[in-house]
Amino acid sequence: MGQFRMGWFRIALLTVVAKPLARIFTGCDVLGREHLPTQGPAIIAANHASHVDTLLLLTMFPARTLGRVRPAAAADYFLKGPVMSWFSRNVIGIVPVERARAGQGQDVLAPLREALAAGDIVIIFPEGTRGDGEAMAQLKSGVARLAEAFPAASVTPAWLQGAGRVLPKGASIPVPMNCTVLVGEAFAWAGDKDAFMEGLRTRLEALKAKAPPQRWADG
Amino acid sequence: MAFIDDVFAGQAPALLWGLGGVLAALTLAVAVSRLLPVLKPGGDFTNLRQRIASWWVMVALLAAALLTGWQGMTALFAVVSFIALREFLSLAPVRREDRLIVLTSYLTIPVSYLFIAMDRYGFYLVFVPVYVFLLTPFLMACIGQTRHFLTTAATFHWGVVTCVYNLGYVAMLMRRPEGEMLPAGAAGMAFLLLMATEANDVAQYVWGKLFGRRKITPTVSPNKTWEGFLGGWATTALLLWFLGPVFIPVSGIGLAVIAITLPVAGFAGDVTMSAIKRDIGVKDTSALIPGHGGVLDRADSLTFTAPLFFHLVAYFGLTRF
Repeated sequence: MGQFRMGWFRIALLTVVAKPLARIFTGCDVLGREHLPTQGPAIIAANHASHVDTLLLLTMFPARTLGRVRPAAAADYFLKGPVMSWFSRNVIGIVPVERARAGQGQDVLAPLREALAAGDIVIIFPEGTRGDGEAMAQLKSGVARLAEAFPAASVTPAWLQGAGRVLPKGASIPVPMNCTVLVGEAFAWAGDKDAFMEGLRTRLEALKAKAPPQRWADG
Repeated sequence: MAFIDDVFAGQAPALLWGLGGVLAALTLAVAVSRLLPVLKPGGDFTNLRQRIASWWVMVALLAAALLTGWQGMTALFAVVSFIALREFLSLAPVRREDRLIVLTSYLTIPVSYLFIAMDRYGFYLVFVPVYVFLLTPFLMACIGQTRHFLTTAATFHWGVVTCVYNLGYVAMLMRRPEGEMLPAGAAGMAFLLLMATEANDVAQYVWGKLFGRRKITPTVSPNKTWEGFLGGWATTALLLWFLGPVFIPVSGIGLAVIAITLPVAGFAGDVTMSAIKRDIGVKDTSALIPGHGGVLDRADSLTFTAPLFFHLVAYFGLTRF
């Protein structure tokens, strides 16, 4: 868990295959690139509408940081079957979250804590699942608990515009359409959970308001 | 190095001189951009520097394509069409149900450029304006969402005609007509079109910056002025009049018509695309080219000048068409 014996292989594959694919399918516009963390422990909190989200967030990092960047992902989905599981762990570099076991007295965030303790940059989708790409769902508070456990970790909000059109939930054919990642200024845990969650939502909504209208006409 | 020698050996001298002239102009632009902060301390010239830096990349890509002939130009403009269409369809009001129509719109690119590669001008001429025009609304009808049907069909048509069909004329121009007497080859014709169109954009910008006072399109594009438009028109018309005989088999009245109409077409393309962007509520179609915006921001005037230049050169100077 958490160790990358094949780290160079992952970075090469992401740079040579994933990056060009992301460019062809989405154009990969990033606004606010200067706000991206260059070292861990750090948390990126983004809205979620598509598997393309993970691709966009991974490929916007330079190769020297990429080895540290790991998306939190649902274990029930991404560790299904040996091929998917191998790919998720070694290429995407996921930190598995057992979301089905949340609220059963088990610490589902433990793998994320480990990753942050190891100095990784963790990508979290606080909505917990993919939405319709338009409105933001209720944000789950796990991200606040992580920020509380690692007060030194910067929390960077990122709004992903348009990815839900390239490959919406349930679709199997990706359609090239421009996407934009809007990266906001980092903030940190300041001692209060509700204030943290409200701050995150406000920051994401502010980024969304600045996003180009890459959305369906009547969505 | 033998390959490099081959690429340059077969070229018309005028084309190489033309490309050299463009590099000289860019070098001059760099010198001016370095000098400006000295003359006007405190001014922000970041955008100007970004624009010029991006020009080097664009000129390098176009020069490489021109020097490799119709194959290179067809490949490059297929990519340009794809990025421009992707930018347009991502911002234009398209309905959720039209996702697969977006996908089929991209398919017009390989088909159109295949006709160019096969040198089938007749097929190219009717494919998009007649058959894609009819097929797209039919496919939309099959999907069954009738709300905003006509406006959406028009949106798709505008995007495919400008980004695929009109830009494709640049590559079509490269299909060297056998037996035609061309002063600088097919690449020379495409070079003059690209150079005049982009020089027109730059000349309008520079004249406007230096002398612009009276707004020409206040509601659509408030930065454009009569001074910029007229200065750019005169500059580009003179450029075409004097350089025309070197690159295209047209002179006299024919050349005068091209010299007078091309700058106006470039301005029209720019303003029309600005109206669309204003309607959508964006300034740039993407952030792909630093300082310029998207491919469609850069190629907006070319979507108007390319077909016009092609048709006028064909009418006045080529026996084939």
